[in-house]
Parts: sequence; structure tokens; C-alpha cells
Amino acid sequence: MSKTRQQILILHLADSSLESHTVAWALYDGAKSKDELQMNTGDSQTPPYRSVLDAMRDGWNVLQLPTMPVYRSGFEHELGALPYEYVLERKVTIDE
Amino acid sequence: MSNVEKHHLLNARQMASFAVNGYIQLENLVPQELNEAAHAEQKAWKGPGSYWAGSKVIQEIFELPQVKGVLQSLVGSEPVYDHSALHVVPAQYHVGQAYHADSVIDTRPFGFDIQAFYFSHDTPEIMGPTLILPGSHLHNKVNTASIARYKNIIGQRKLVSKAGTIGFLHNDIWHCAQPNYTDETRYVFKLRLRPGQEQRGLFNMDDYKGPEVAAEFRNYHAFAGNDSRLTQIAGAKFYRYLCGDDRVDFSFEGVLTRMGL
Ligand SMILES: [Fe+2]
Repeated sequence: MSKTRQQILILHLADSSLESHTVAWALYDGAKSKDELQMNTGDSQTPPYRSVLDAMRDGWNVLQLPTMPVYRSGFEHELGALPYEYVLERKVTIDE
Repeated sequence: MSNVEKHHLLNARQMASFAVNGYIQLENLVPQELNEAAHAEQKAWKGPGSYWAGSKVIQEIFELPQVKGVLQSLVGSEPVYDHSALHVVPAQYHVGQAYHADSVIDTRPFGFDIQAFYFSHDTPEIMGPTLILPGSHLHNKVNTASIARYKNIIGQRKLVSKAGTIGFLHNDIWHCAQPNYTDETRYVFKLRLRPGQEQRGLFNMDDYKGPEVAAEFRNYHAFAGNDSRLTQIAGAKFYRYLCGDDRVDFSFEGVLTRMGL
């Protein structure tokens, strides 16, 4: 019997447009078993998709759009984590 | 630590590169006989206690004038020992470590610790040299593994090294250990030092406003996307601190001067 499993692709883009280019990417694959390797840190130098829109064209569903940044007075130039984070999902069929 | 001769200090171009990228990687700092001695010790090391405290060889390496010169440029002539560790990635260990910044989020506005990563043996890409993200020390509002979700980031770089290389890393830089696809154990010795004085004007300041320095500040970090101008400005501000000159301005459009930052 076949069942579905979720794959989560996280893309970080250069700005708030879904067409801006990918600057970071991570894949968490629920179809892999516990002893299979997930995507490793540092294992690729080019993103799987150039943008979120490109990923949508390939069948990924967007679960999360980042909210627009809010720049508070006195903290406008502070920098931390990557702000334009998109979470995408695809369901894949596995045999069991 | 006593003062070293000027030619052992980092020059202004190197210091600007450190301000922009958060690390400086120097080859051939340690002679081969010391590398071989350290590597042999590291292979035999079983503890207990610290490798640093138990090894004359590693202490001799960090007393070399060319090594002390770099450290003096970054943390002064009397740095304070923080901690050290012999980091090991076993042969054929295929899981990469998660991205993180060491310790906890640092509240110092400009002061920083240095983490020296010494490679006693050749460490090619397949052996898992530490992965770093140049420029991420300027994105310092992250705490330890708050960035652990990330897997690949544009501009990330493995510290591929020949024996005798030391990478000097800002304590805020994002990094992680890498998989080792060889049959040899990978060793890297990390030494963390705190500054013993204010970190202003400690390097060779010749031409610190010169064209070679200006060229370093024309590098923008792609990972920061729309924020890359802010990252550049943060690097220029950090360089002011390192120079001890709060007027030198290599920021985008002279923003530091324009806004009186
Ligand atoms: Fe670390």
C-alpha cells in the first residue's frame, strides 16, 4: 500500500519578492528513513531553484511567506538571521 | 606575550579583509617539523585534561613570532586564554554539523574573541575542513544554534588547508564541522583567546586609508541579499573600531558620515 510523506524545502530569498534570487536553501525529507542522510550543511554550492516562483512551477506548495520587515528606530541597521524565509511543501508517495 | 616585530603584524589590507569577512586564513605559518610533531601527538592523544595544557608542541606553535604577530594584531599583546579544544571528525563520518555561532550571543558592540583553527595535516575538501560563512560575523543577532535550520548558504566556504595553516575566526562567525569522506581522522585544534586590551590600532596601520583597503570594502556578501549594503556598512564601522579612527569611512555612499553613525 502506498502512503504519502511530506518534504519541506526552505528557501531564503534576497528580498521580499517571490521572484528574487535564492541565497540559502535546506531540504527536510520526511520520505527518507531515519538512517538515511538528510541534506548536509555545505553539500551544495548552487540552489535547487533560482527563486520561490521557480520552485512553485516545479510543483512545490508555499506554506509560509515571511512577513515584511519592521524597522524599529534605533535598531534599523541590526543584522541577524536571514529575513526572507519561505517554507515550501511537496507530498511524495512511498511504498510500504 | 611580548611585542612582536612590525613585519609579523597583519597589514591594513588583511585587517580590512578581516573586518569584511570575519576571518583570515594564513598558509605556511607553522613549519613542517612542528606540524608533523603536532599531528603525531594529536593521533596519540587520549586525554584526560586539555591537549593545550598537556602539549609543549602546541604551545611552541602559538609562540612562533609569525603566529603571535597575527594574534597581537587581533587581541593585543596580552590576550587572555578562554578555552581550547582538539576537534576530531572520525574517518568516514558522513554527517555535517549544524550551522551555529559558538558560545552564546555576544553583547559586546565591537570587541571580540579570536578562535584560531590550526590544521596540523593537509585537510582537503573531502576530509571535512570547517565550513564558514564569510561576513556572517556582522549578522551577530543570532544565538548559538538559532541558525541550525540552514543547510547551504551562498558564499559559504570550506577552510581547505595545507598542514601549517591557521584560520583566525571572529567568535561571531557562522560555521560548522563537515563530513569526512576519507579513511583518516581529521584533527583541528581550536584556541579561543579574549583580548587583553581594547582592540584599536593593534595591527600595522601603514596605508590604513589606502586604495587596497578601499578595494576590500567593495566586496558585498550575496547571502545578505537586500541587506548586503547594511552588512557592508557594519563592516566599515567595525574597521573604524579596529583602526581606532572613528572618522575613516569606507561605508556604502559614506553612510557612516552622512548619518553621523
Ligand atoms: Fe563551533
